Amino acid sequence: MDFISILSIFVLACFVGYYVVWSVTPALHTPLMAVTNAISSVIIVGALVASAAAGSPLAKVLGLGAVVLASVNIFGGFAVTQRMLAMYKKKEKK
Amino acid sequence: MDFSFLSAAVSVAPRNAFPMPAAENSGIVPLLYLISGVLFIMALRGLSSPGTSRAGNRYGMIGMTIAVATTLVTHSIASLPEIAVAIAIGGGIGFIIARRIQMTAMPQLVAAFHSLVGLAAVLVGLAAYANPEAFGILDAQGLIEPQSRVEMGLGIAIGAITFSGSIIAFLKLAGKMSGAAILLPGRHVINLGTLLTILGLVGWFTQDQSPWVIATITALSFVIGFLLIIPIGGADMPVVVSMLNSYSGWAAAAMGFTLHNTAMIITGALVGSSGAILSYIMCKAMNRSFLSVIAGGFGAEAAVSGGAAKEQRPWKRGSAEDAAFLMKEAENVIIIPGYGMAVSQAQHVLREMGDVLKANGVNVKYAIHPVAGRMPGHMNVLLAEANVPYDEVFELEDIQGDFAQADVAFVIGANDVVNPAAKTDKSSPIYGMPVFDVDKAKTIFFVKRSMGGVGYSGVDNDVFYMDQTMMLLADAKKMVEEIVKALQH
Repeated sequence: MDFISILSIFVLACFVGYYVVWSVTPALHTPLMAVTNAISSVIIVGALVASAAAGSPLAKVLGLGAVVLASVNIFGGFAVTQRMLAMYKKKEKK
Repeated sequence: MDFSFLSAAVSVAPRNAFPMPAAENSGIVPLLYLISGVLFIMALRGLSSPGTSRAGNRYGMIGMTIAVATTLVTHSIASLPEIAVAIAIGGGIGFIIARRIQMTAMPQLVAAFHSLVGLAAVLVGLAAYANPEAFGILDAQGLIEPQSRVEMGLGIAIGAITFSGSIIAFLKLAGKMSGAAILLPGRHVINLGTLLTILGLVGWFTQDQSPWVIATITALSFVIGFLLIIPIGGADMPVVVSMLNSYSGWAAAAMGFTLHNTAMIITGALVGSSGAILSYIMCKAMNRSFLSVIAGGFGAEAAVSGGAAKEQRPWKRGSAEDAAFLMKEAENVIIIPGYGMAVSQAQHVLREMGDVLKANGVNVKYAIHPVAGRMPGHMNVLLAEANVPYDEVFELEDIQGDFAQADVAFVIGANDVVNPAAKTDKSSPIYGMPVFDVDKAKTIFFVKRSMGGVGYSGVDNDVFYMDQTMMLLADAKKMVEEIVKALQH
C-alpha cells in the first residue's frame, strides 16, 4: 500500500471515530476508556512481527517484551470492561 | 514544520521495493486486518447504550483474536513457544488484575494500562529499528526508508510520553504522590524546548539513522512525559487520563503506518479521537480550556485566592434523624454523588437508602456531573456496581430542570459541582462551570467530612450557608448507614 492510501484510511477512521465516540452514552465513558485501552493494544501485531522474525536477537527480546505488556492490556482491558458492563442493569419491572 | 520530506520519501523509495513475505501480498491478509478494524469500530458503537454494550465488547475480543491469529499465521512461527509463553504471562497478569481491581480504583488502573500501551509502542519501535528487514521498511540501499524513520520516531516519542505521563498520573490517582500541582520555574520554556528538540531529532533521523538519534529521542520523550504531567493538579486528572488515552491511540496509529497495517491504523484513529473527545467533554464540563489544563498549576492558583476570603459564616448542622425524617416525607429526592462517596465506599449503603426511600413511595433520582469522580463516567460505574438501575441515573442537562420540584437534594461527597459561585462569581476559579441548581430544592443535605475541607478547586461554597441547607458532618458511609437505620424505625 502506498502512503496516500494508508493516510486515507487513517483520516477516514478519525472521522468514523469522531462520530462513533460522540454516540457513546456518558454513563459508559469509563468502560469506553477501558475498551479503547484494550483495542489500542492491537500494537501487539507489531510486537509479534518482531518476535517472530529471525535475524536480530535484540529485536526479538524487545518484541517479546512488548508482547507481554500488550497481553496484560488486552486480557486485562477486555476482562475489566466485561466486568463493568455486567453491572449495568435496568430497573426491575414490578 | 516542513513535511515536504514525507512526499519526497514516497516518490524516492516506493513501498514495493522490498516485498513482504508472500502471504502478505495475497488479498486475504489485508482483508482480515480490515475486518478486525471494523470489529473494533463496532465495539465502540456498542457502547451507545448499556443494552448493546456487552455484545460490543465481544466484537472487540473477536477483532483482537483475528488480528493476532492473522499475524501469527502469516509470519514465520519458529518462535511460537516463546510467543505463547509471553502471551500467557501477560494475559494471566492482566486477567488477575481485572478480576481483583476495585471499581473505585478504576482511574489508576486505566492510567496504568495506558502506560503499558505506551511502553509497548516504544519497544515495538525500537525492535523495528533493530530489525527493519522483518518490518519490510528497508530501501534499495539497505537503509531504513526515511518515511518509516519519521513514523518510527514519532511512534516512539508518543509512546514514551504516554508511558511516563501515565506513570505520574497513576501515582497521583493512587495517592502515592501528592495530587498537588508541582511547579518548576521556567517549566513552559523547558517543556517547549524539549518538545521542539524531539521534533528536530525526528527530522534529523531522516538524514542520519545512527543509534544515538533514536536513543536520544526515546530518552527525551520519557523525560518530557514526566515534566508535562507533574504540574497538573488532582482536579484535572480526568482530562489528563483522557488525554493519555488519546496519546496511546496515536502511538498505535504511528506504528500502524510503519507496518502498513489497517487494523492498527483504524484502531489508533478510533482511540485517538475517543480520548480527544473525552478530554474535550471534561474541559467543557469544567469550563476550562484544554491549553490551561495542559499548562498546569490549577490547584496552586486557587489556594491563593481562596485563602483571602476566609470569614466565619453561620451554618446549620443536621443529624441522620433529620435527614431520614425529611426524606421519608419527601416526594422527590435527588442524590448528587461525588468523589467523596467513592473514597468512603458509600455507594452500596447509598443504594440501600434509595431502596428504603422508594419503598416509602419516594421518587429517587441520581444526578451525575461529567467531572464527578476521577475519570469520565466513574460515578456511573460505582452506582452500577452498587446495583443502582441505570435508568435512575441522570446526566446534568437531563435533570437540571427537576431541582425546582425536588423536596430534597442530597449531596454526598460532591462540592464544586453544586457551587453557585460558578454561576455568579466572575472572580471564582470555577466561574462558568456548569453546576447543579441544588439551591432550587426545598431542602439540601450536604454530607461532608468536616467544615474545614473545600473542594478540589479550593473555593468556599455558598450552599453550606443557605437557609435550607443542613450539613451532615461525618464520613459519608457512616452517615448514610445511620440514615438507613433511622429510616427503618
